[in-house]
Amino acid sequence: MARAVTPRRKALNTLIAWTIGLILFFPILWIFILSFKSEGAAILSPLEVLRAPWTLESYQIVQGRSDYFGHFTNSVVISLGSTLLGLLVAVPAAWAMAFVPSARTKDILMWMLSTKMLPAVGVLYPIYLMFISLHLLDTRIGLVIVLMLINLPIIIWMLYTYFREIPGEILEAARMDGAGLREEVLHVLTPMALPGLASTVLLNVILAWNEAFWTLKLTAAKAGPLTAFIASYSSPEGLFYAKLSAASVMAIAPILVMGWFSQKQLVRGLTFGAVK
Amino acid sequence: MATQHSRSAARLMMAPAVTLLLGWMLVPLVMTLYFSFRKYLPLRPDVAQDWVGFDNYIRFVTSDAFWPAVQVTLIIVGGVLAITLILGVGLALILDQPMWGQGAVRVLVIAPFFVMPTVSALLWKNMFMDPVNGFFAHVLRALGLAPIEFLSQHSLGSIITIVSWEWLPFATLILLTAIQSLDQEQLEAAEMDGARWPSRFVHIILPHLSRAMTVVLLIQTIFLLGIFAEIFVTTQGSFGSKTLTYLIYQRVLESQNVGLGSAGGVYAIILANIVAMFLMRIVGKNLDA
Repeated sequence: MARAVTPRRKALNTLIAWTIGLILFFPILWIFILSFKSEGAAILSPLEVLRAPWTLESYQIVQGRSDYFGHFTNSVVISLGSTLLGLLVAVPAAWAMAFVPSARTKDILMWMLSTKMLPAVGVLYPIYLMFISLHLLDTRIGLVIVLMLINLPIIIWMLYTYFREIPGEILEAARMDGAGLREEVLHVLTPMALPGLASTVLLNVILAWNEAFWTLKLTAAKAGPLTAFIASYSSPEGLFYAKLSAASVMAIAPILVMGWFSQKQLVRGLTFGAVK
Repeated sequence: MATQHSRSAARLMMAPAVTLLLGWMLVPLVMTLYFSFRKYLPLRPDVAQDWVGFDNYIRFVTSDAFWPAVQVTLIIVGGVLAITLILGVGLALILDQPMWGQGAVRVLVIAPFFVMPTVSALLWKNMFMDPVNGFFAHVLRALGLAPIEFLSQHSLGSIITIVSWEWLPFATLILLTAIQSLDQEQLEAAEMDGARWPSRFVHIILPHLSRAMTVVLLIQTIFLLGIFAEIFVTTQGSFGSKTLTYLIYQRVLESQNVGLGSAGGVYAIILANIVAMFLMRIVGKNLDA
């Protein structure tokens, strides 16, 4: 990592990397800037936009016009709910596969991942009909269930790779020392599995937060999360750059901040520990 | 360790997950198959809703929209994969160099990954690619050039750009992590032996990255085959940007021809499984599960 380079080389590296970084980040930065400008200023040329006065007007209008906190709450409930429900099902399964592997374990894992290949549009209508007959349409619990099922393979895979890294000898040693199942789980396994659980939760909250297909098709007014909130700004009549920017910033800011704090865990989680 | 007792306990522990996923896979699949063999138009009760055998399948494949949609799907998935893998390797190599503020640059680079697809599509469509008020239009006019109607004249390129922007951070992050685990001594030894940069890249860096590249390929393909929001928000499938996913969506939800759409759904499932089989084979070789 710490290779010796000349300061000139380092300065050049810095310049190139920052230029690319700013280009990639620019669209986000730009909507952030637009969100603090008046509607009239937001469609001016870029230099004029920057010179225009800053204002909180768009945020106030967006907040007043559509129920941001209602959608925000739905997003939180749905993404956390689906993740926790997923953990409830996934932890025992991943546990069993990691500690009592059989000849079929690998096949089962591959099969589980392959259910992610099921195209959502291919099964949308059946799910839609089931939701109607079960009165789950436009409910949070309905979305919690669907998003849990969609992300379940990922949760199981992540947990499996984390659990597999817990050495079996430690468990045996604890058992030799007379630890019962309860002590074993509480004092030996839980502390070792906690970081893995934490990154699983993080990644799945992010995936569920941003999931658009099912959330848009299965909710309307009541259970709509932030994806639905932002979609309501996509109609041509509702199109105003400053307000659209403010709404966008409000929709992505929570998860962006969360993502930044968890980049290290994300790499491990997203690659099932295959890349370190 | 694996006694008979622990085996049956393990089976019990796996049962909920396996049952749920099996149900999630089978129930809608069976229903989709059922609809696909019927003429089924929920909004037209006046039309006879009979069994039609393979009619829907034949109609779907022979419609003018089918092959272009398959082609568009493969172009978008292939294009985004190529762009994100190639630029991802380049970007990872750059970010791996010693520099000031490496952590901060990394934060800037990975940010697009956390932007929800609906927002990123809206952002690019309106604030950047709009031919009148978009950022690019302003820049082009300032340079004395005519603004470009990105989404109508270059719809595929525009969509590939948007989706690549969303996924480049993921590829970069994974590849960067992999590069950082590369044994520096090996590189230095090769350098001393007179291996030039291109041959060091081809013979040491690329093989080291193959595992990470496989993971990127697998995960991205899974998500890219189903992209929806980007197309829904930007072109609604017009201007030659209709993917198979979007075509089925239009049949089922817009024209409410559930039978025809379901047949399309079965094709999409077959396509996804062909891709999956292909991927699983590569991945199975590269990762030991």
